[in-house]
Amino acid sequence: MFAYSIRSIAQGLLVLVAVAFIAFSMFRFVGDPVANMLGQEATLQDRQELSERLGLNDPWPVQFAQFIGNAATGEFGVSYRQARKVSDLIKERLPATVELAVLSALVATFFGVLLGVYVAINRTGFLSNAIMSISLIGVSLPTFLIGIGLIYIFAVELRWLPSFGRGETVKIGWWSTGLLTESGRKSLIMPVLTLAFFQLTLIMRLVRSEMLEVMRADFIRFARARGLGERVIELRHALRNTLVPVVTIAGLQLGSVIAFAIVTETVFQWPGLGALFVNAVQFADVPVMAAYLMFVAAVFVITNLIVDLLYFLLDPRLRTGGRTAKGH
Amino acid sequence: MKTTIRGLLAVLATTTMLAGIAEARTLKWARSGDALTLDPHGQNEGPTTALNNHIYEALTERDHAGKLGPALATSWQVLPSDSKVWEFKLRPGVKFHDGSPLTADDVVFSYQRAMQPTSDFKGYLTSVAEVVKVDDLTVHIKTKGPDPLLVNNTTSIMIMSKAWAEKNNATKAQDFKNKEENFSVRNAMGTGPYTLVSREPDVKTVLKRNDNYWGKGSVPLEVSEIVYTPIKADATRVAALLSGEVDFVQDVPVQDIQRLKGDQKLRVTSGPENRTIFFGMDMGAKDLKSDNVEGKNPFADKRVRQAMNMAINRTAIQRVVMRGESVPTGIIMPPFVNGWTKELDEAPPTDVNAAKKLLADAGYPNGFSVTLHCPNDRYVNDEAICQAAVGMWGAIGIKVNLVSQSKSIHFTLIQKNPAETEFYMVGWGVPTYDSHYIFSFMYHTRAGSLGSWNATGYSNKDVDAKIVSLTSETDIAKRNATIADVWKTLKDEVVYLPIHHQALSYAMKSNLDIPVDVANTPKLKSVVFKGS
Repeated sequence: MFAYSIRSIAQGLLVLVAVAFIAFSMFRFVGDPVANMLGQEATLQDRQELSERLGLNDPWPVQFAQFIGNAATGEFGVSYRQARKVSDLIKERLPATVELAVLSALVATFFGVLLGVYVAINRTGFLSNAIMSISLIGVSLPTFLIGIGLIYIFAVELRWLPSFGRGETVKIGWWSTGLLTESGRKSLIMPVLTLAFFQLTLIMRLVRSEMLEVMRADFIRFARARGLGERVIELRHALRNTLVPVVTIAGLQLGSVIAFAIVTETVFQWPGLGALFVNAVQFADVPVMAAYLMFVAAVFVITNLIVDLLYFLLDPRLRTGGRTAKGH
Repeated sequence: MKTTIRGLLAVLATTTMLAGIAEARTLKWARSGDALTLDPHGQNEGPTTALNNHIYEALTERDHAGKLGPALATSWQVLPSDSKVWEFKLRPGVKFHDGSPLTADDVVFSYQRAMQPTSDFKGYLTSVAEVVKVDDLTVHIKTKGPDPLLVNNTTSIMIMSKAWAEKNNATKAQDFKNKEENFSVRNAMGTGPYTLVSREPDVKTVLKRNDNYWGKGSVPLEVSEIVYTPIKADATRVAALLSGEVDFVQDVPVQDIQRLKGDQKLRVTSGPENRTIFFGMDMGAKDLKSDNVEGKNPFADKRVRQAMNMAINRTAIQRVVMRGESVPTGIIMPPFVNGWTKELDEAPPTDVNAAKKLLADAGYPNGFSVTLHCPNDRYVNDEAICQAAVGMWGAIGIKVNLVSQSKSIHFTLIQKNPAETEFYMVGWGVPTYDSHYIFSFMYHTRAGSLGSWNATGYSNKDVDAKIVSLTSETDIAKRNATIADVWKTLKDEVVYLPIHHQALSYAMKSNLDIPVDVANTPKLKSVVFKGS
């Protein structure tokens, strides 16, 4: 397992460098930051001077090498748009996104598994059919539409929840949280639901089909033959065997929850990393874009790693498989 | 008797309480983007200026209609003895937010700071040789040659505290080469009507009323606290206004204006913005790369440009694309700019047949094809305007391939020398409110700082000479005659294809009435609450 972890980490680092390389070669196509940074009166000479100062005139490999060197030490330069250190910006925005993403993932996983098991066990009930129909909406409706719909109902018409922002936040060290104030918690509800909805329906449908599959397996029949109660079979034996693919998907989806957060954060003016990235793209703010993409890549790599390790815990076959594999 | 007194006291107590409540009035302000920095010389960009104008002030200021008036300076004149010296008398008794008095030293310091290479405002001060203090309340701005219009540029140069900047190591405007954040990016020390309470970039900025403001008494100053929140998504911004979470919204999407106007609890104000939308085309090139005509450039023929100008149905664009929120025009100059006349503003009537005939006369009876570059995130409905225009040119046989892209790509194409576009859209505002600004950037032959936005290849020695003469002509009547003369030539040449003056709309709660500011920098010190 140790060797396996080391190998995974090395692969992860390779992925990060590859992402940096691809991202960096794409930045040339997002436009010229200098055009955004100077007022309309700027002369050609002004623009050239600024390009020079920013190091944009250096050859591409030099820029890339510098970026990698700095990134290795956690230094991403100064934002072109806000003239602030990118590392500060990321640190400032990270709590908002993590709070949103983790809560969404928890909501999606908890309710996804719950509803999934329910509809798998009660395949024909009215409630099951209703849940399945609604889940279709979740899979097919774009996130921003769900968000705007929620805003319209709960903010404009009912006026129960705020339509934008994080509300009041409390600082704990450098971390800021909205969980400790009422307005913060209220502000979280709609963005979390919006972001969780797609994942929830995905997990639910996955649990359902996996569970139906497992329930047909031989060992379930044997369990029934042993006279075990139906609930015990469903929850101890069937569910546990359902969970391996579910953990994979849910884990990998945590990465996409953070990536998908871009849309949710824009709709709700959520001051997280996604909103930071959207603004950066429009301004061709290369240092922020680069840092964000590296961050997302790192999240994917780390969640992958954790998912791989979780397999060992959930699936005994992998453990024994590993041992026997050594013999070859 | 006792009860009467008690009653009176109660009434008195209630009224004082009410007065207390009326005093503390928060205005929640939202627009699509945040200020990029609080550094008064860091970014010459609309939302940045709009916010900073509440904290910092310049020697002069413009009201919402664009009229120049005094601010930190009470009077100014070109010295009768020396046409190269502007004298500004500073307002006595003005204090910075930390209580220190404003003196000529602060003005000299701020101008020098704005003239540094890292400042984004140096373009306004290119004619300035030096700025000197005469006494505590008198400043001389010495120009390289006579500059009769310098005062127009002083509205943009904000004054910051010298002592504060020196103490916090912020004497230079933001420098991106510097690896650290400049103190002035998130902190401020000005003389303005509002002081900075807190700043979270892209999230929330809170300002509170400066109770020692010099203008107290002459401006309402009814808003005691400003909470500024950028809300990027159009639908969310409008929702925040509808749900009462914000009081005042800029950047109202045109498709929502009718609906907001119908809401009893809201008010929508509209007016022209200092910005005109138009198309430019490369008439200077020998041959166009993006067209299907070999060996010659169709844009070089004036008849082709006239035909294209006639083919545009401006009222249709106004009605369908802009939902009425624009003013069709025949000139690339907003109405409040010195030099504007009704005749110049007149666009040729739409006439497809006459346009076709002109094209045929020019040797293109079957039209030609060409590529148009258009931004899709800069002006109101920019891409839709281009799409509409493409259809209109199609009607006279000119096949236009539309390339719409982000502003960070689009404007670079135009600014490159030589330009990398042959047909493009631009919107232009005139911060100096004088025709010379348009001439020097849009029409002068490309040379150094002149003609930096002229990607048309238009070059007319006679016009160039007249444009340059404007900078030093001190006889206003003569100068205006030259301006009129130059416009006549330029309009006749059809160098650009003007579409419309962009209109602005603000939406707010009905107890507010904030007029549209032509520079789109609303001044909240002038806000009056109604029904109180």
